Amino acid sequence: MKSLGSIRREFSPWTDPDAKPYIVVDKVTKRFGDFTAVNNLSLGIYEREFFALLGASGCGKSTLLRMLAGFDEPTSGRILLDGQDLRGIPPYKRPVNMMFQSYALFPHMTVEQNIAFGLKQEGMPKPEIEARVADMLKLVKLTQFAKRKPHQLSGGQRQRVALARSVAKRPKVLLLDEPLGALDKKLREETQFELMDLQQNLGLTFVIVTHDQEEAMTMADRIAILDKGEVMQVATPPEIYEAPRSRYVASFVGNINMFEGKVGEKRGDGLAIALPGGPTILSETGGEVPVGSDVAFAIRPEKIAVSSRQPAGGANVLEGEVYDLAYLGDMTVYHVKLAGGQVVKASALNASRISEDPLSWNDKAWISFRPDAGVVLTR
Amino acid sequence: MSGSWTRFNITSIVLGFAFLYLPIVLLVVFSFNESKLVTVWGGFSTKWYGSLFNNKGLMDAAWVTIRVGVISATFATILGTMGALALTRYTRFRGRVLFSGMVFAPLVMPEVITGLSLLLLFVAVGLDRGFMTVTLAHITFTMCFVAVVVQSRLMTFDRSIEEAAMDLGATPVRTFFQVTLPVIAPAIVSGWMLAFTLSLDDLVIASFTSGPGATTLPMKIYSQVRLGVTPEINAACTLLIGIVALGVIAASLVNKRREVQRVRDEQAAQRG
Amino acid sequence: MADTSVLADAAPRPAPTSLLTAVLNRVVIAVPYLWLLFFFLIPFIIVFKISLSQTAIAMPPYTPVFGLDTLWEALGELSFDNYLWLTEDPLYFNAYISSVVIAAISTFLTLLVGFPIAYGMARAPSAIRPTLLMLVILPFWTSFLIRVYAWIGILKPEGLLNQLLMTLHVIDEPLVILNTHTAIFIGIVYSYLPFMILPLYSSLEKMDYSLIEAAQDLGCPPISAFWKITFPLSLPGVVAGCMLVFIPAVGEFVIPDLLGGSQTLMIGRTLWNEFFNNRDWPVSSAVAVILLLLLIVPIMIFQNAQAKAQEQGR
Repeated sequence: MKSLGSIRREFSPWTDPDAKPYIVVDKVTKRFGDFTAVNNLSLGIYEREFFALLGASGCGKSTLLRMLAGFDEPTSGRILLDGQDLRGIPPYKRPVNMMFQSYALFPHMTVEQNIAFGLKQEGMPKPEIEARVADMLKLVKLTQFAKRKPHQLSGGQRQRVALARSVAKRPKVLLLDEPLGALDKKLREETQFELMDLQQNLGLTFVIVTHDQEEAMTMADRIAILDKGEVMQVATPPEIYEAPRSRYVASFVGNINMFEGKVGEKRGDGLAIALPGGPTILSETGGEVPVGSDVAFAIRPEKIAVSSRQPAGGANVLEGEVYDLAYLGDMTVYHVKLAGGQVVKASALNASRISEDPLSWNDKAWISFRPDAGVVLTR
Repeated sequence: MSGSWTRFNITSIVLGFAFLYLPIVLLVVFSFNESKLVTVWGGFSTKWYGSLFNNKGLMDAAWVTIRVGVISATFATILGTMGALALTRYTRFRGRVLFSGMVFAPLVMPEVITGLSLLLLFVAVGLDRGFMTVTLAHITFTMCFVAVVVQSRLMTFDRSIEEAAMDLGATPVRTFFQVTLPVIAPAIVSGWMLAFTLSLDDLVIASFTSGPGATTLPMKIYSQVRLGVTPEINAACTLLIGIVALGVIAASLVNKRREVQRVRDEQAAQRG
Repeated sequence: MADTSVLADAAPRPAPTSLLTAVLNRVVIAVPYLWLLFFFLIPFIIVFKISLSQTAIAMPPYTPVFGLDTLWEALGELSFDNYLWLTEDPLYFNAYISSVVIAAISTFLTLLVGFPIAYGMARAPSAIRPTLLMLVILPFWTSFLIRVYAWIGILKPEGLLNQLLMTLHVIDEPLVILNTHTAIFIGIVYSYLPFMILPLYSSLEKMDYSLIEAAQDLGCPPISAFWKITFPLSLPGVVAGCMLVFIPAVGEFVIPDLLGGSQTLMIGRTLWNEFFNNRDWPVSSAVAVILLLLLIVPIMIFQNAQAKAQEQGR
């Protein structure tokens, strides 16, 4: 069985036509004065999904999150949670909880009191609160720190307190605003997996805001890429990476080479793209694009092979010279300058210690790739 | 930038602090002078403190001053905190410019003007001058100082902890009392102390707005000073200085200990 | 009440609020607002009004100018006599001039004394800076009156300063300092020094010392680096400090009264005498109005600096 990327997913309600999204964002627009932060945005998030909002700062992702939490109201459009319209419901009456980027721990309360805060607000009996707090402390492995105040904790411990506090009320949806942003790289990678386990075990719906694509790719079931308040694409991480639907998404996530050209002729399901200056690229996809339209053939560096000798036969072989190269240990990145002047990035995994075909600066080189290795983009 | 001791630093700081403290030190020293002549040393004595406590006028005035101070500082703290909240939390309401003007202007307004204008107000509305009017006047001019102190704390306040409280189900009113207020409490306390000291200290505004039976300590001291310098006044001043100094030093020691504890905690947290 | 409309659009940022919260939000603004309106702004209007009325020997010692109903009627009877009186008697004019001059000189002297101290503090080892700062603030907590009083004992002819100088044989005759302008300068510099040091210190402390090193590295000698880098960068502190000293010093009463002697003319003292000794409320109101007009420009400068600092704090 073939699949995009190397993962087979069991959980994929979005492919089920009968499944109803748990959170529906319906044509939501949010303006602050003249500035439109979110523009006519619609998306659906399913129950128990780990959903990421990914984008550069100012793309509207945090505004969307704050509208889900109830700190901001949409200028127009509606947000439904489990079928209920959230308009006019203040944050303290919504069954969603948020984990703040700054953690927002109450500095005058102990870890215990912080976690119990939300439970006390809903009037839970004292013994139950104590039991729940104890559970939460165990869950985030902070039992021996229960009596400490936030300033007596390290960054990672604070992050876990914030997490425990926000899930203590068993919210229907947990909103996470850059939850790992303040941690150092190593801790961040560990915590990513902890968060995923937690979400699985508690069976909660997570909506996470992040600007870190790796984080989104690692954790999320699906990612929504936002730009200027609009959704560019909503898809699983492999789809986002291997089948981006626009130049923006393709270049936002990871590295990519774009061959800009015109559709020359159709070939079955695929087509031939004429590049300026003569060469032609064959693609196995994009057959629906009319002949003569401007397109880009987008291909990831690791799917391009570099060689000092011209590969025998096959399509999609282009000649150039090595313009720059970088040895990164696990792989080597080549910048090959083509005859037309375009610089193409290609990366080769250093699977063996000794290279059969070493290349150096200014060497003549050929790049080649398979017709199904890239995608045809019209937008 | 860590800074260092240079000859210039030491000289300017030592001379500057000598200038600031020497007059007060001399005043305290000569309150223990046996001689009636304040500036001629006649041996150590505490007799002026004894006569001070037998001076009923002075003692009554002190009692009035303390009551005015406590009441006015308390009301000024409530009003000033509200004013600071209004200034930092509501960035646009009609008349905001006028409002912030009214908060900041009293900080530099010459006291004679404030005193005179308040007195004329009290006369215009037919309020008899006395304890009540002094207290109202002190609330008015000290609340602005409280507002400034609390406002500067609120400007560095992390609003997300309020949002977190609301997100966890606390209504805005509960959020204010359970989260906002405890966090800004130190600023409010120092606002109260500042208001109390300013009230304790005020001569000019009290002279304008006070009436019979509500003579404050500064008014009493002033009327005696005009007649000449006496060791008894030195003794009264020394007591006042002592009380204030004890309060300030105690407060700063508590702060310092808390700070040291905090730094130690943070280091401990970093380790594990 | 007319002022509830003032607060009509005082909506807080989080959008959804209950009715109770909305009411409380308004209360938070309305209470201090109305208080200041009643106890700060309206009194000024009354001062202005009374400055336009006639002196009368009664209690209160002025003829009421108008109630609201007779406003227009009364406007015809408004009297500028008090202001004319102020211009006719050179006493007042001289008092204004000498107040401004004394305040300006004292402000300058305070800057001269305060700058090296603030600079020394800002460059001291950072561990000790909070302590130094507390030591500067500490005298501010002790009574103003007491601090001025302390100088009488030092400055009077048989006082401690003269005793010291005569013992050291620097002088043979006691210097006359008390009851002169010099004593007022000393008093103002002493009393207002913390107000000068604090803003100076905060602007100097924020300054990056590597700027000076950069200037010296580029060939600028230390003195010239001070004038070209340090001083311009500390200007906001200088302006704030000078305003904090100058404005109250112009209207100062206690210092000229206790240290300046009977021949010193300062407007705060003139107002006091006019009010308490001559019981002429309309004239003292007129004096206050003119003093306020005199101070409006410096107060605006101060407000502006405050507003700017507030913007930066956000």
